[in-house]
Amino acid sequence: MQRLSSTETNTKGHHAPLSDALIETYKAMLRVRRFDQKCVALQRVGKIGTYPSCEGAEAIGTAIARAMKTDDVLVPYYRDQASQLVRGVTMLEQLRYWGGFEAGNNFQNCPEDFPSAIPIASQCPQACGVASAMKIRREKRACVCTLGDGATSKGDFAEALNVAGVWQLPVVFVINTNQWAISVPRYLQCRAEKLTDKGLAAGIEGCQVDATDVEAIFAACDKALNRARAGKGPGLIECVGLRLCDHTTADDASRYRGQLDELQHQRYDPLIQFEQRYPAIQEYKPNFERDIDSQIQQALRDYELTETDHPEALLGFLYERNSVSEDQLEQLTNKQIRLQQTEGAGGSHDSH
Amino acid sequence: MTHTDTDITPTDLTRTEIAGDDTAHQELCLLEAVNLALREEMARDESVVLLGEDIGTNGGVFRATDGLQDQFGRKRVMDTPLAEAMIAGLTIGMAAQGLKPIAEIQFMGFMFPALEQIICHGARIRHRTRGRLHCPMVIRMPFGGGIHAPEHHSESTEALLAHIPGLKVVIPSSPKRAYGLLLAAIRDPDPVIFLEPKRLYRLHSHTVELNGKPLPIGRCFTLKEGQDISLITWGACVEEALQAAEILAERNISVEVIDVASLSPLDTKTIGQSVEKTGRCLILHEACKRFGPGAEIAAFLAEQELLQLRAPIVRVSAPDGIMPLYRNEKVFLPDTLDIINGCEKLMRFE
Repeated sequence: MQRLSSTETNTKGHHAPLSDALIETYKAMLRVRRFDQKCVALQRVGKIGTYPSCEGAEAIGTAIARAMKTDDVLVPYYRDQASQLVRGVTMLEQLRYWGGFEAGNNFQNCPEDFPSAIPIASQCPQACGVASAMKIRREKRACVCTLGDGATSKGDFAEALNVAGVWQLPVVFVINTNQWAISVPRYLQCRAEKLTDKGLAAGIEGCQVDATDVEAIFAACDKALNRARAGKGPGLIECVGLRLCDHTTADDASRYRGQLDELQHQRYDPLIQFEQRYPAIQEYKPNFERDIDSQIQQALRDYELTETDHPEALLGFLYERNSVSEDQLEQLTNKQIRLQQTEGAGGSHDSH
Repeated sequence: MTHTDTDITPTDLTRTEIAGDDTAHQELCLLEAVNLALREEMARDESVVLLGEDIGTNGGVFRATDGLQDQFGRKRVMDTPLAEAMIAGLTIGMAAQGLKPIAEIQFMGFMFPALEQIICHGARIRHRTRGRLHCPMVIRMPFGGGIHAPEHHSESTEALLAHIPGLKVVIPSSPKRAYGLLLAAIRDPDPVIFLEPKRLYRLHSHTVELNGKPLPIGRCFTLKEGQDISLITWGACVEEALQAAEILAERNISVEVIDVASLSPLDTKTIGQSVEKTGRCLILHEACKRFGPGAEIAAFLAEQELLQLRAPIVRVSAPDGIMPLYRNEKVFLPDTLDIINGCEKLMRFE
C-alpha cells in the first residue's frame, strides 16, 4: 500500500484544547459515520438498494464541506455522502436516492450542487464547466470535484485537469485515494508514486494529505479554495487513506484483500484518529450519538412515508415541456397497480 | 437544380407576416445561416457562449464560427483543448450553471467520446434532479457524406442520438431552416443536438428573412404537397428527394416531400396525416438501414396507420455496411434514381 511519508504527524494523546470548530467537525464526521452504518444495515434488510459505504472517508468530505462556502458548488462522485451531508443534503434525500425514489437528488439546501456521478470520473469535466461559468461571470466562487483513486486512470480526469490548467479555472479536485477501485489495488492503477503527479502534466501543483487527518484536509481545501476564488487557478488534493468497507453492499472485499486487521482499522479510521488526538472529545460523544441517532430515526420515519413515484414522475421530467404518451402512461399505471398487488403494499426494494 | 426554398409550413403554423421594411433579407448558404444565427443570438443574449476545437481564431474547419471570436471575444468564443468528452462535460457544467453554451464537435464521427457525457448527464440531469438543474445546451455537429472527406468524417449516426430520452435531435436542410431552427435550439431549455448536413453547407444560397424568429422544433416541414406517395426524409437527402419528386411529377406520380427536421421529438402527426392521404410511404436517409431512424418511422406507421397503407413501406438508405472511403461514397449514398425506383415500386404494388 502506498503510504504518506508524513503519516505519523498525528500525535496520540495530544491535549490541545478543543475549539468549537473542532467539536463541530467531529460531530459532523460522527453523523456521517452513524448514518452510513445505518444505510448499510437498511440495505441488508431490503429497505434501500445497493449502497456504497463511505467508511474511512468521513474526514475528507467533512473537511471539504466545511471549507466550501454556501455558494460554492460541489460536483461529487458516489462515495462522497460525507461532503453532501455536511453541505446540507438531508438524510432523507440520501435515503430516497439510495432507496430508489426519483426525488432523492432534488436537494432542498444545495440548489446548485450536482447529484453524485455514477459513471467513473465523468463528473470531472462537468466541474470544469461549472468553474468556467463562474470565471466567465467573474464570480468569486469555486467548484469542488471529488473522485476516487480509480477515477484518476480515466481520460475524463486527465482531460479535466488539462483544461483546468490551461484556463486557470476555479476548481479544486479532491481525490480519495482509498487504495481500492472495487478489487483493483492502487499499485495496479498507476505507477506514479503520487497521483498528484498527474496534475504536474497539466501545470497544476497538488498536495497530499492524510485521509484521516480532518484538520490537514481542511487546511489544504481552504487554501486551494481561497486561491481558486481569488482567480489563482485550480487545485489538486490527494487524500491518502484506506477504504474500510466493501466497495458496495453488493461487494465482498474479503475475496480480494482479506480481512483488515485491528491495527489497520485504527490507523485508517478518521474518527479513531481524532479521538486519539483529542481524548477530551469522548466527553461529548454520548450526547452527540443520542442527538444524531434521533435525527436518523426521524429521517427514517419520513423515508418510510415516502409515496411511490407516480408514473408521471418516471416520464415527466425529461424536458421542460414533456409530451408524455398517454398510452405509455396508462400502461405504467396499470402495471404499477398489478405489481403492488402481487408484491404486497409498498412494493419491494431490489438489490443485486 | 432549380427548386427554391419554398417551405409549406404545417397547417397549424401560421406563416410569418410579410416582412416590414426593417426586416433584413440576405442571400445565404446553410453555413452562413448557421454563422448568422449564432451571431444574432450572441448579440441578443450574453449568456450564449461558444466552445470547441478550432472555432476561435480559425472560425471552425468549415468556418461556421468565422469572425465570432473577433466580435465577441475570447471569453465567449473559446478554443478548447482537443478532447471531445471534456468539451461535452464542460458544456453540461456551464449549462447547469445557467449559461447557454453551444459546443461544436468538429465532425459527427468524433462524437463518441462525448456520448457518455451527453447520454449519462446532459440528457438526464433534469430528470435526475426533478428539474432542480437543467441543461440548456446545443451541441452542433456536421454530419453525413458526399464531400469526399477522409474516413470517419462522413457517417450518419443520428439514430444513436434520437434513441436517447432527454435529448432533442434537430437537422436543418436549407439556409432558412438552419437559421430558424438554430435560433430555436439555442433558446430551447433542454439539450439539443444540432446536426448540420455538410453536403448542403455551401450547395445553394437562398434568400433568408432575418427576422430573429425561431422555427418550431418537433415539427415536420412539408416542402412539396402531393397525392400519391409520402416521401419522408431529412438532412442532405432532401436535395435528392425534391429532384426525384420533380421527375416523378412528369410521370404523373405526385410525391409529397416531408422534411422531418426534428428526429426527436418526432412529428408523427404530420407524417401520419400525409400517409392517410397518400396511402404510400417511402422513407429516405443516408444512415444505414438496419435499426436506422427509418425503422422507427415505419414502425409508427405499422402501429398507427396500417389500414391506410396501400403498399408496404419502402426504405431507401445506405446499405448495412460501413461508410466507405470517399472513392466509393456515391455508390453507398442514396441518389435520385434510387428514390425514383423506390417510388415506382410503391406505385406498382397491387
